[in-house]
Amino acid sequence: MVATEKPQYKIIGTRPRRPDGVDKVTGRAQYGADIKLEGLLYGAVLRSPHAHALIKSIDTSKAEALNGVHAVITNADLVGSGQTFQPTTAEAIESGTYWQALEPGKASPRWAAENILAGPKVLYHGHAVAAVAADDVHIAQDALELIDVEYEILPHVVDVQDAMVDGAPILHPQLRTGVRAAGVDTRSDIETNLASHMRLESGDIEKGFAAADLTIEREFTSSQFHQGYLEPQNATAFWSHDGRINIWTSTQGSFMARDATADVLGVPVASVKVTPMEIGGGFGGKIPIYLEPMAAVLSKKSSRPVKMWMDREAVFQATGPTASSYSKVKIGVTNDGKITAAECLFAMGAGGFPGSPVGAGVQCALAPYKIDNQVIDGLDVVLNTPKTAAYRAPGAPATEYAVESVMDEIAEQLDMDPIDLRLVNVAEEGVRNSSGTPWPKIGAKEVLEAMKSHPHYLSEIQGEDVGRGIAIGFWFNGGMESSSSARVNKDGSIALILGSVDIGGSRASISMQLAETLGVTYEQIAPQVTDTDSVGYTAVTGGSRTTFAGGWVAYELGQTIKAEMISRAAKIWDISGDEITYTDEGTVVGPDDAEGNKRVFSFNELAGKLQATGGLIAVSASSSHTTQGAAYGGHIVDLKVDRDTGKTEILRYTAVQDVGTAIHPDYVEGQIQGGIAQGVGMALNEEYYYDSDGHLMNGSFLDYRVPVANDLPMLDVEMVEVPNPGHPFGVRGVGEVPIVPPQPTIRNAVYDAIGVRFYHTPMSPRRVLDELL
Amino acid sequence: MIPEPKVVNTIINGDSKQILVSERDSLLEALRDRIGMTGAKEGCNNGNCGACAVIMDGRLVNSCCVMAAEVEGAEIMTVEGLASRDELHPLQTEFLDNAALQCGICTPGFLMSSYALLQENPDPTEEEARFWLAGNLCRCTGYDKIIDSVLTVAKG
Repeated sequence: MVATEKPQYKIIGTRPRRPDGVDKVTGRAQYGADIKLEGLLYGAVLRSPHAHALIKSIDTSKAEALNGVHAVITNADLVGSGQTFQPTTAEAIESGTYWQALEPGKASPRWAAENILAGPKVLYHGHAVAAVAADDVHIAQDALELIDVEYEILPHVVDVQDAMVDGAPILHPQLRTGVRAAGVDTRSDIETNLASHMRLESGDIEKGFAAADLTIEREFTSSQFHQGYLEPQNATAFWSHDGRINIWTSTQGSFMARDATADVLGVPVASVKVTPMEIGGGFGGKIPIYLEPMAAVLSKKSSRPVKMWMDREAVFQATGPTASSYSKVKIGVTNDGKITAAECLFAMGAGGFPGSPVGAGVQCALAPYKIDNQVIDGLDVVLNTPKTAAYRAPGAPATEYAVESVMDEIAEQLDMDPIDLRLVNVAEEGVRNSSGTPWPKIGAKEVLEAMKSHPHYLSEIQGEDVGRGIAIGFWFNGGMESSSSARVNKDGSIALILGSVDIGGSRASISMQLAETLGVTYEQIAPQVTDTDSVGYTAVTGGSRTTFAGGWVAYELGQTIKAEMISRAAKIWDISGDEITYTDEGTVVGPDDAEGNKRVFSFNELAGKLQATGGLIAVSASSSHTTQGAAYGGHIVDLKVDRDTGKTEILRYTAVQDVGTAIHPDYVEGQIQGGIAQGVGMALNEEYYYDSDGHLMNGSFLDYRVPVANDLPMLDVEMVEVPNPGHPFGVRGVGEVPIVPPQPTIRNAVYDAIGVRFYHTPMSPRRVLDELL
Repeated sequence: MIPEPKVVNTIINGDSKQILVSERDSLLEALRDRIGMTGAKEGCNNGNCGACAVIMDGRLVNSCCVMAAEVEGAEIMTVEGLASRDELHPLQTEFLDNAALQCGICTPGFLMSSYALLQENPDPTEEEARFWLAGNLCRCTGYDKIIDSVLTVAKG
C-alpha cells in the first residue's frame, strides 16, 4: 500500500469479520425473496411481447375467474387519490389531450407509474402490462395466459443514433427537448426523442485547437450492459385495512423506495413503511422501484400479503441496463503531449423514459486532466429499450472509454509512454474541472506514478498476439444525507442503528469508524440496518457514498457520545467537564483527586454508571455532505488474443487506485476486484442483442454471459492512500472507480496484441474475428 | 386446473421430511416455498447461475432444475446443513475471514459447489477450481477471494 501522511489508527485498516457474515455463510440471512408471512400470495407479471405498441384494450376477466387467483391489476389500479394528475382515461387518449406537448425538458407526472405498469403504450419488449396475485406462482403464471391484450404495433427504435434522425419513430409525442446549452441550435418545439441537450464549456476551443500540433478525432459506440446482480428484484407488501402499507424489499435505498412508492400510489409517505431485507447485489440497478407498488395494490385488492419476484428474463427485459452510447471525442496536443483543447459529444440511450446517466458521464469524461479549452455536449435520448438505471459509476465508463482510447492513439503518434502522456496533463489540486470547480486534494498523479513504478508495468511481456494496455478512470464518490442512531448499553456494548442498506460491507466499515472515534473495540458495536420508521432519512446506498457518509455520521455520533460520557464523569466526580479528557484509548480521565488518586474510567466502566447518572445514552445524527471523495484508478492489463476464435484471454491484471483511507482493506480490494470483473465483461463479451423487431434476444445468464471464474486470473490491487481532506477519516469511496478503466485498458492492449483499433465495446469474439478475417 | 398436491418423502440435512408439493414444483420451490428453507437461492431458475446448488445423493445439482417429485427417497444436503452443531465448516470460516463474500446471495451456492469439489478433488489446482466453479456466478467479488479461499481450505 502506498500512503501519504495518515494518522495512526487502531481499528481502521484492520480486517475484522463482517457482522452479517455468519448468517450469510449458513443460509440464515433473510433476503427479500426469503420472507414468509401467514396467508402469503404470490404475484406474477404479464409483459409486453412488443417493443413499441399502443394498448387498445386489456381484458382480465378470464384471469380473475381462475380458481386460486385473488387479484389482477393494470396501470389504472395504481393511481390512488393523492396524485396531482387525473387517471388516464380512454377519452383523454382518444381526444389527444393525453398527448399534449409538455414544457421543454419536463417529464410527465404519469411516467413513473407507466414504467411500473404500462399506460396507453408499451415502450419496450418486456414492459409490464398487468399483474396477478394467486395461491402459488404456477397458478399466477397460468392466469397471465388468460389475460387478453389487444395491441396496435408501432414502429420502434433501439439504437441511439437512429433515434435522433428525422422521421424516427417517436416514443412520447408529448416530449420536447430541454436545452441546457448556450449557443446550440437544438430545437425545443418539435416532437422528438431527444429529451435533453446539455453542455459544459470553458476556455476558447478554437484557439486551443489552433495551438495543437496533433489533433485526433474518433467516434465510439457501446452496447447496453446489465448490472447482472444475482438476486432478482423482489417485493412483498401488505396493505392493511387501516391504510398502512408495509413493504419488504431488496432495495439500495429504503427511503427512496418508500417515497417513490408513495408517489406512484398517491398515498401519504407516512403510510408506507419499507423494511429493507438483505440485498443480493444492485450496482445501481436496485435504486428504481418496479414491483413495490404492484405488490401493494395486489395486496389491497386481495386483503392478503403478496410476494413478487422477477424471473431472470424479466430482470434483463425490464430492469435497468446501462445506456447504450455514441461518443465523438476530439483532442488536440502539442508535440510534447500537452493537451490544448478537447471537444466531446456523448449521446446516451435512456430507454423508454428520459433519464440516462449522460450528465454524470459528461462531468467525468475529462476529469483526469487539466484542459483549459473544452466543450462537452451530452444528449439524453429515449429508445424502445428498458428504462436505464444507474450502473456503477453511471455514465462514466462510456465517456472515459472514448477519451482514454483517444489518449492511447495520441501517445502512439507522439511516441510517448502512455503513462507519461497522462502525467503531463494530470489534474491536481486547484485545477478547475469541467464544471468549473477547483479540485480539492486528489490522487490522480499519485496513481499514475504508482502505475509507472509497479512491477507489472516494469515487467517484459512476450509471446505472439500478446499485448499490454493501460488507462485511468475517475468517479466523484458522493456525500448526500445519512442518518444513524446509537445506544450505549450498561456493559459498554453499543447498538448502532443504520439507515443505509448494506450492500457490500458497510455495517462493518461504519462500525469500524464509530469504534475508532470512541476508542472502543469493533466487537462491542452491534450494527443493524433498520426500517424507514426507525431511523432518520438516509439516501441510497450508491455513488460510493455509504462508507463515506455513514462514517461521517458515525464520527458525529461518537463525538456526541464522548461529550455525554464526559458530562457523566463530571457528575460522578463533581468537577467541571472542562477538566476531563476523553482519550484515544476510550478512557475518561480527570485530574487527580484531593488525595492524589487518579480519576479514570474505562468506557465500559463508565457505561455501567450511566443508568444511575441520568440514563443510558441514546443519540441520533443526520448529516448531509456536499463534499465529494473524488478518486482515480489506473489499470494495467496483459492479454492474449486467439486469432482462431476471436477470444481474448486476460493474462495479468493490476488495478492501482486512490482509495483515500482503506477502512477495511479486504473489502476495498473486493470492491476493486468486483469492479474489474464487471468492466472486463463490458470490454469483452456482455451486450444486449435485439432482433429486427426490437425483441431482446439474450435475456438469460446463458446468453448474456457475465464473466465466470475461469474467465479471469487473480486480480492484483495496489491501494494508494491520499486521504480525502473532506472527511474525518479521509474516506473517498471506492466501489465505482474500478469499473471505469477496464474497457479502454483492454481496448488499448488488444491493439498492442494484434494491431487492430476497436471503436465499439464489447470486443466480443465475433467482432474480433470480423476484424481479423 | 390446479394439480393435486403430492407428498414427497426425503431426508434433508439428516432429518426425515415429508413435503407437500405441487407436481409442478422444482426442488428449489419445495425447499423455499413449501418448507421455508431459504438457504438455496433463486438467481435464474434455469441452471445458469448456481445460486440454488444443493447436494442430492452425493451429487451436486442445481435444485431449480430438479423436480420436487424426483427427490422421493433421496438425501439432500443444503447450505443449512454445512456447519456442525458446534462449529462452522472450514469453507464457511475461510469465506468469512478472507472476505470471499460481499452481498452474499451467491455464497450458499458457492459453498455447496466448493464442498462438492473438495469431496471429488481434495487438492485442486487454481485452474481446476476455476473450471469447477464456473457454473456459479458471482457479480460482486471478481472470484479472486472465493478461489483463494477454496484453495486455502484445500491446503488445510
